Amino acid sequence: MRGVSALAPLIRAVLGLVLGFVLGAGVVAIARSSLGLEAVSELTLAVGYTVGLIGWLIGLGALNYWFRYWLGLPERESGGHSSAQSAPQGWARYFRFTTDHKVIGVQYLVIMFVFILLAGLLAMLIRAELMAPGQTFLDRNMYNTVMSLHGIIMIAVAVVAIIAGLGNFLVPLMIGAQDMAFPRLNALTFWLVPPAALILLSSVLVGGFDSGWTAYPPLSVTNASGQLFFILAVVTIGISSILGAINFLVTIFRMRAPGMTMSRLPIFVWSILCAAILAATVTQFLAGALIMVMLDRVLSTSFFDSSKGADPVLFQHLFWFYSHPAVYIMIIPAFGIVLEILPVFARKPLFAYKVAVGGLLTIVGLSYVVWAHHMFTSGMPEVLHGPFMISTELISVPTGLIFLSALGTLWLGRLWLVTPMLFAMGFIFTFLIGGITGIFNADVPTDVHLHDTYFVVAHFHYTIMGGMLFGLFAGVYHWFPKITGRMLNEGLSKAHFWLTYVGFNATFMPMFWLGINGMNRRIADYPPQFAGVNLFVSLSAFLMGGAMLLFLYNLVYSWAKGRRAEANPWQALTLEWQVSSPPPVENFEEVPRVASGPYDYGVPRARTTPRMAD
Amino acid sequence: MATTAEAHRHATERNPHLGMAFFILSEAFLFAAFFAAYFYLRGISPSWPQPPSIHRPELPLVLYNTAILLFSSLTYHWATLGIRQGNRNRLTAGVLVTLLLGATFMAIQGWEFAHNGFSPQDGLFGSTFYSLVSLHGLHVFMGLVLLAMVFIRSLRGLFSQEGHSAVEVTGYYWHFVDVVWLFLFTTVYVI
Repeated sequence: MRGVSALAPLIRAVLGLVLGFVLGAGVVAIARSSLGLEAVSELTLAVGYTVGLIGWLIGLGALNYWFRYWLGLPERESGGHSSAQSAPQGWARYFRFTTDHKVIGVQYLVIMFVFILLAGLLAMLIRAELMAPGQTFLDRNMYNTVMSLHGIIMIAVAVVAIIAGLGNFLVPLMIGAQDMAFPRLNALTFWLVPPAALILLSSVLVGGFDSGWTAYPPLSVTNASGQLFFILAVVTIGISSILGAINFLVTIFRMRAPGMTMSRLPIFVWSILCAAILAATVTQFLAGALIMVMLDRVLSTSFFDSSKGADPVLFQHLFWFYSHPAVYIMIIPAFGIVLEILPVFARKPLFAYKVAVGGLLTIVGLSYVVWAHHMFTSGMPEVLHGPFMISTELISVPTGLIFLSALGTLWLGRLWLVTPMLFAMGFIFTFLIGGITGIFNADVPTDVHLHDTYFVVAHFHYTIMGGMLFGLFAGVYHWFPKITGRMLNEGLSKAHFWLTYVGFNATFMPMFWLGINGMNRRIADYPPQFAGVNLFVSLSAFLMGGAMLLFLYNLVYSWAKGRRAEANPWQALTLEWQVSSPPPVENFEEVPRVASGPYDYGVPRARTTPRMAD
Repeated sequence: MATTAEAHRHATERNPHLGMAFFILSEAFLFAAFFAAYFYLRGISPSWPQPPSIHRPELPLVLYNTAILLFSSLTYHWATLGIRQGNRNRLTAGVLVTLLLGATFMAIQGWEFAHNGFSPQDGLFGSTFYSLVSLHGLHVFMGLVLLAMVFIRSLRGLFSQEGHSAVEVTGYYWHFVDVVWLFLFTTVYVI
């Protein structure tokens, strides 16, 4: 029975979701049929989802504090927070509205990992279909939906996982704070994710969507209703992302411990700050663009209808104004993780810290002005080609500064080659390839040939998977002891690394060749001359998939039964390592006073961040 | 150490202000997306409004409505100055007036929607006009919810000279809504 009572808020949340959906959809259905229109329509579903989402939050108890505040009622003792006294301990915390940033971080990491596995499974389906030319077992429509779902799930994970997962857990600890600036808001952002996931996956029940993750009109205005579900899901995640970003910005600006000046901020925290600036601003353009598609679908507006004098390319401008900075939202925190890990395992200060910070900030600024490099073949005015080509090439300069910092840290270091370090070093090679191949896409003459081919697919997998995902893995391996209080099995970890690394390169390197030789992307079938390479790619991908299962086993087994971790197994100097593994609920017994920077490894007479006994 | 913790807590008292500032920045970008759509579609159209059969809404009514919204910002500011001096009655009265003015603004906009002779289905102007003005209306509505919160809490005497950050923060939002209207009004009704 205790299990059931522990899940009571979740059960109430589901009830709220269902009741809300019925209420919202019901009102619209009744209104529509009284006007002589068909009751069940996309409008009905959209309103049903929106009210259902609110019902979900109400059932969960997420809105209780604010509702009481609105009415001017006295605050409950816990103030809506889960404190050490009021909250249930143990696993139940993870299934309810818990405001502790460490719990929220883990909730995000777990749900993100589930989605990586799910989207990875979809990738395995894609590769199984593409093993041989001709239809293997998926028909065209199903392939298009599988491909589109794989894309959007992975994109959402890429944007959210590091920031909301590792960022939530680590940022308050790294800056010496007790929690984030807005803990209740933080919990709310997490609990927006399950309904979004639900409606995204439900899209297959209403015909799926075949427009990739990019949802270009006119296809996205005229295709199956799965597209509507896609829009609702992405807008929900977008809201979650924006609110989370605001939380990080206020936290990092205002909650740092005394002595933690901006120039002593760990580089990972800088990277979260940079990603948050982007997320808080450009995400709204994605919401706007998708809402316009939804309005064109549901209310017959004409934002993108060329028969009414509109232009589908408008969507592309709005969409990419978000989606290009989005890839920096994905990669900048990964840079932060890698630059955080390299000093620890090279036993050297981070090389050119201020230059790296400058590089991150410059990337943020430039990322606002490169978006149209995704649109060189869209038919937009040619006069835009040159400027966007140049701004895009320019962005490789600050990125190079990050590499300078990484390589300078490794140079003449005493390398401790455990798995977090292996992924961090591996990242340098794979992201380098991703970055350099970006230049061919940035340059208009080559892009015209390479656009919409497998060259682009290879490029973005090298940057997003070889970059963000390897960075995420590095971070998980590095901070697993801190989060769980257990050590991962190093043998299994190394096996995961090598199988993944070899499998990854074997899967994606040949795709550059495929693209240059004319294999289009997003196709369910291809000309027979590509058969051999595609078979090789598919087999390599299955190897990678298998390695993920190894990782899953390692994570689950070690969390349950791994060797207990000490407070600071890596002998690192940042604040999170100065408390127990896992950290106490209040993070620090007393507010830490910071006396030096976070990377003074091997520096004589450096005053490291004080132990709590001081 | 006690002083450090106190100083730390004191520094975080202005968190809601910074949070609202970032939220406003974010919402400004949302409006920017719809403004971008408006100007892009207008830019590619041979004439405006598109379709040419649309008669753009008459000005006088909207001018009065703009004045109402602007005045509501003044009344809110008056209310805020009141509580900064510890005057709770001025706060309550000022917020109530602001709330009523805001509700009036929405009612007049709703009337205008019903009587301006075109719908969201009417081409580029219909799409951009209704989406922009409705987006703004949604934000006014959220503002009314915040104003109601301030009003209720003010009635219960929960604000004081030292502690009224919710009043200030709601003010930032309400003034933002007003500023957006000025841009919006100029864009869709005037130029």
